[in-house]
Amino acid sequence: MKKKLISALLCAAMVSAMLVGCGSSSGESAGTESGAASEEAAGTESAAAASGEGRVYYLNFKPEVDAQWQEIAAAYTEETGVPVQVVTAASGTYEEVLKAEIAKDDAVTLFQINGPVGYQSWKDYCLDLTDTDIANALSDPTLSIASEGKVYGIPYTVETYGIIYNDAIMQKYFAMDGAKATSVDEINNFAKLKEVVEDMQAKKDDLGIEGVFASTSLLPGEDWRWQTHLANIPIYYEYKDASVSDEAEITFKYSDNMKNIFDLYINNSTCAPGLLGSKAVTDSMAEFALGQAAMVQNGNWAWGQIAEVDGNTVQESDIKFMPIYTGVAGEENQGLCTGTENFWCVNSQVSEADQKATIDFINWMVTSDKGKDYMVNTLGNAAPFSTFGDDEKPADPLAQEMYRFMESGKESVSWNFTTFPSQSFKDDFGAALLEYANGNMTWDEVKDLVVARWAEEKAATAQ
Amino acid sequence: MEKTLKKYFVIFTVPTLIAFAFAFIAPFLMGVYLSFCKFTTIKNAQWIGFSNYAAVFGSSQNFLNSLLFTAMFTVVAIITINVFAFGIALLLTRKMKGTNLFRTIFFMPNLIGGIVLGYTWQQMINAVLYKYETTIVSSAKYGFWGLVLLMNWQMIGYMMIIYIAGLQNVPTELIEAAKIDGATAKQTLFKVTIPMVMPSITICMFLTLSNSFKLFDQNLALTNGAPMNKTQMLALNIYKTFYDKPGFEGVGQAKAVIFFIIVALIAVIQLRATRSREVQQ
Repeated sequence: MKKKLISALLCAAMVSAMLVGCGSSSGESAGTESGAASEEAAGTESAAAASGEGRVYYLNFKPEVDAQWQEIAAAYTEETGVPVQVVTAASGTYEEVLKAEIAKDDAVTLFQINGPVGYQSWKDYCLDLTDTDIANALSDPTLSIASEGKVYGIPYTVETYGIIYNDAIMQKYFAMDGAKATSVDEINNFAKLKEVVEDMQAKKDDLGIEGVFASTSLLPGEDWRWQTHLANIPIYYEYKDASVSDEAEITFKYSDNMKNIFDLYINNSTCAPGLLGSKAVTDSMAEFALGQAAMVQNGNWAWGQIAEVDGNTVQESDIKFMPIYTGVAGEENQGLCTGTENFWCVNSQVSEADQKATIDFINWMVTSDKGKDYMVNTLGNAAPFSTFGDDEKPADPLAQEMYRFMESGKESVSWNFTTFPSQSFKDDFGAALLEYANGNMTWDEVKDLVVARWAEEKAATAQ
Repeated sequence: MEKTLKKYFVIFTVPTLIAFAFAFIAPFLMGVYLSFCKFTTIKNAQWIGFSNYAAVFGSSQNFLNSLLFTAMFTVVAIITINVFAFGIALLLTRKMKGTNLFRTIFFMPNLIGGIVLGYTWQQMINAVLYKYETTIVSSAKYGFWGLVLLMNWQMIGYMMIIYIAGLQNVPTELIEAAKIDGATAKQTLFKVTIPMVMPSITICMFLTLSNSFKLFDQNLALTNGAPMNKTQMLALNIYKTFYDKPGFEGVGQAKAVIFFIIVALIAVIQLRATRSREVQQ
């Protein structure tokens, strides 16, 4: 009897532990997340909610600006009396936290989606924002997430990426005998880029660098610069040829162009291709900041990462952008990859008072002087709204470069990776790139996998 | 006795029962319900019947591969962990000097969280593989043995403690009697000691089985399924289905229910099998 009881108990204990593991994982993570994040306004919030004034609860996507958002929340509450609560999801856990927080009674009122794919999964919760002040203030209305003529997602920042280079090292190279170019302006296509990079790699000891490109981080979870950002370029040209903005199936016809640049990255790097599976983004940013590499592919958000590396040897004035050339015909006129994957959405399933308070809050962010100041100077956002004047732009060197390219008349590459079918697709793409770098897969296999997985995931998520 | 039990039942058991109902039973029933639904959050679930279960075994789901990998890992982990733990326990019950120190040291890895361990071992293994210009994610076999190594390092100390407790309870007169009867050390071990510590073996087998089968943190931190999801275990597969594929939340939930059934079945069978070998003192 006793034995049976014990075995029954053991079974029950193990079974229940399992349930916690699977059944309530979302609840659990939410608990720890919001525990880790700050909930300063929580007290005042419930009081105001009771009096029917509405409240704002923003689930912030970017951990690096959490403190800034707390400051903004406090300032807004002080000015208007509306309680603003800002919770930040830890890096890479936004979807998890959102799934939990949006199902609560005191639900998130303001959240963000990453584009059309995000809209597909959250459309039941996206409020129609057409004719709000913030939607009308967009300098380019096509940037917003719209469905059937109605606006559901508002982009609040524009970002750009390309190849960041250290001008000091480049100048040192250009001054050498037999340099393949005399200025960066001459590098305006892939052939030239390859010539220069390979020559620089051969002379790396004279240049005092360990490799031209900082390591191509392929550690699982750290591969988004390749499976998302770099992969955007062939997809951009494919969409452009077909004059579409999304496709259920791709042929990946510019895959060889992606191979061109990817090979250049991994073969002219600070480390052997076989070691790339151990490298994280911070590793490559550190290599760049310490002057061990001359180039790194990343976006304007990387300025903070470069600046805060200990022993940083790169001068602010030496940090410049160059477009990512892949050998497509006519790429001399190609600019940086500019777009956004940060869209604000208002939760349509909270009370009307809360919805109104939230819309007022985002309007305030882009129309009031104080809000605009926070947007530009505190958050460093290049806000795509007509309410921002020419002097209201972030001042960091990479943002400056972004404006320089925008004004140069070069054709920006739009962000089409917001139409990539799912995170799972991107992860598999990244895994295939890693296998390729390790020599376990040929490029044709990578290409086939990408085409197949795209079709599968698109079909599955379109339902 | 019966009466007092009944009397105090309310005070001692009901609070736990309520907590158990809220924290375990309710989420479990909700989870089962959700596995039949299409949903983004648990509040907007729509009943769709069995189609989630049908989708689980699709080729892009990688569920069967994960199951196979998990099963292989579990078999290897159970054998290695228990053999090493039992061996160390035998050594440390021999009244050597400093056994307490050794016991403490062997137990310590068990106190470190799985994520931390995963990243630490990833660094260490990569540091070794660096010499060969490769990394742990370059081949599924590195990931497999890396996981085995990590789990051994973490679990051996814990199992060792349980075995030590079992070994110390083996009556010395039985050992002495065996010696007088002329049993060799090997015979004493297999005919006397092991049958006497069978309850400990039951518990250790059970713990290693369930822990290996449900392994998540270490898997996530060490390889995160790389390369090409070849080292993805079931728990990680479910997690990724749920969070990384929009529209597949229900499928993830269905996988979780299947996972639950598999683990429950194996545990019951295994418990019965080892129980039947126990001897009464």
